[in-house]
Amino acid sequence: MSTTSTVAAAPATDGGKGPAATAAQRAAKRRVAQVWAGRIGLAVFVIGGWQAFTTWGIVDPFFFGQPSGIWQRLIDLFQHGTQFGSFYQNIWTTIEEALVGFVVGSLTGVVFGVALGQSRYLSDVLGPYIKMVNAIPRIVLGSIFIVAFGIGVTPKILLAAVLVFFIVFFNAFQGVREVDRNVLANVRVLGASRMQITRHVIVPSALTWIIASLHSAFGFAVVGALVGEVLGAQSGLGLVIKTAQNNFDPNGVFAAMLVIAVIVLGAEWLIGKLEHRLLSWRPPTPSETNVI
Amino acid sequence: MASRNDVATSPGAGAADHANARIEISGLTKRFLTPAGEVFTALHGVSFTVEPGQFCAVVGPTGCGKSTTLSMVSGLDRPSEGSVKVGGREVSGITDGVSFMFQTDALLPWKTVLGNVLMGPVFRRVPKHQAQASARDWLRRVGLAGFEDRYPHQLSGGMRKRVAMAAALINEPKILIMDEPFGALDVQTKAIMSTELLSLWEQIRPSVVFITHDLDEAVALADRVVVMTSSPGSVKAVFDIDLPRPRGSVQEIRFQPRFIELQHQIWDTLREEVERAYALTAGGKQ
Repeated sequence: MSTTSTVAAAPATDGGKGPAATAAQRAAKRRVAQVWAGRIGLAVFVIGGWQAFTTWGIVDPFFFGQPSGIWQRLIDLFQHGTQFGSFYQNIWTTIEEALVGFVVGSLTGVVFGVALGQSRYLSDVLGPYIKMVNAIPRIVLGSIFIVAFGIGVTPKILLAAVLVFFIVFFNAFQGVREVDRNVLANVRVLGASRMQITRHVIVPSALTWIIASLHSAFGFAVVGALVGEVLGAQSGLGLVIKTAQNNFDPNGVFAAMLVIAVIVLGAEWLIGKLEHRLLSWRPPTPSETNVI
Repeated sequence: MASRNDVATSPGAGAADHANARIEISGLTKRFLTPAGEVFTALHGVSFTVEPGQFCAVVGPTGCGKSTTLSMVSGLDRPSEGSVKVGGREVSGITDGVSFMFQTDALLPWKTVLGNVLMGPVFRRVPKHQAQASARDWLRRVGLAGFEDRYPHQLSGGMRKRVAMAAALINEPKILIMDEPFGALDVQTKAIMSTELLSLWEQIRPSVVFITHDLDEAVALADRVVVMTSSPGSVKAVFDIDLPRPRGSVQEIRFQPRFIELQHQIWDTLREEVERAYALTAGGKQ
């Protein structure tokens, strides 16, 4: 990138209208077109292959579904709903559970991570227990929450929160540990109190780690909500999936899966926006600079 | 850059404090426990004094405990034996009225230039409006007016040092501790920064303890040069530099006969220690 721009800058006066600059632009456009052709080609190959194999009877659509069937099932779900309320309402239940669980889990994760990261004593005392709890397959806690709190939204929120908590907690904890010693010494000499150090140095420094963890954490929040619903619920996408499974309806499972993927992608996009906003101070990474 | 001409208007605020800016280091000893469980003596019986408003340079071979000494003056670390007194009072906890400048950047990358310089006043709960005015004033003094909204990663190494300098001086410290502040800069930038440091120092006159490897830099800047021995560090000799002030450009002072004479004297003392430290590290000992 740098070579082309310097070459262009010498003969052309300004505005990058020189022949070298237009050539570089054309090359960049061609590359973008090639990437998109590749992407669309791959999708056509996979979905088309699936459709073709099931139509020709090489793969049984009864067990593995069929893209056209999934699409129809999806339209059907949106138009006619399910036997337990409209599809929108079910989607909303899952989003609500995942979202609340995500917020609760990440907030407590950040608070505990920052607190334990700063206190050697607390981290020494609680460290082994946290490791132990982390080793437990936490998804099983879903059963206990259902038994304890019934089949409402509470157990799903709790399960999502527990899953999110540990991811965010470990990242926040590590982020606090990674704070530059020099910077800490400097602000201490400048007269910062403990609270001021936390607010001006530790939290912003750990934020890089925390935000990175939020990306995967939302996926886990959705998993928590879904598993909770599969275990026992009156509404939600997990229930839609469970019902489809009981009816030997793979297309229904895939349809719900597709909707969940869209939700997670949307959340991912929002978290990306948040990341961009909170971490605007960071120098651009080399890969970002190279994109024209 | 022309703005540096009107720096003389700055009032010598806190001049009354300067009387208690005397640093007395006596019998300072620091021992560490190595990971292998052995006791390592980093400093042994270090004693020297920095008079109020004096510029004191500390030179010595690598690993002789220069930085350790400084962290005890600032109160970041505690001595194993001996004491550091600032203005007659023994240091315990962070010393009040001290600023520290490090070799590596200690700027907060998520704060703008202005935000970084503001840290000192903000931590001292100076009203926001007043703090901002003084931060802008200090940025102007170090020649960075117009760069307030940049982030540190957008600046060159020399500019980052200027920000660090403004951030260190904004509290008008009575003691300024500098740990090889210009060590990572190229030779030309280093000379410019040293000259600017001298002119800023002459405005607010804190007592300075300045660590360096560079003997030329030490002689050019300081009133007093402390030579330390190789590990375990102790004071080998103290030289008073009688070059007249204001000294002006650091680059030109190097050619004065008196400078060369002093430089030779100190180097004769230092060379032995440097060679000993080198022999220790080159001999396979880590």
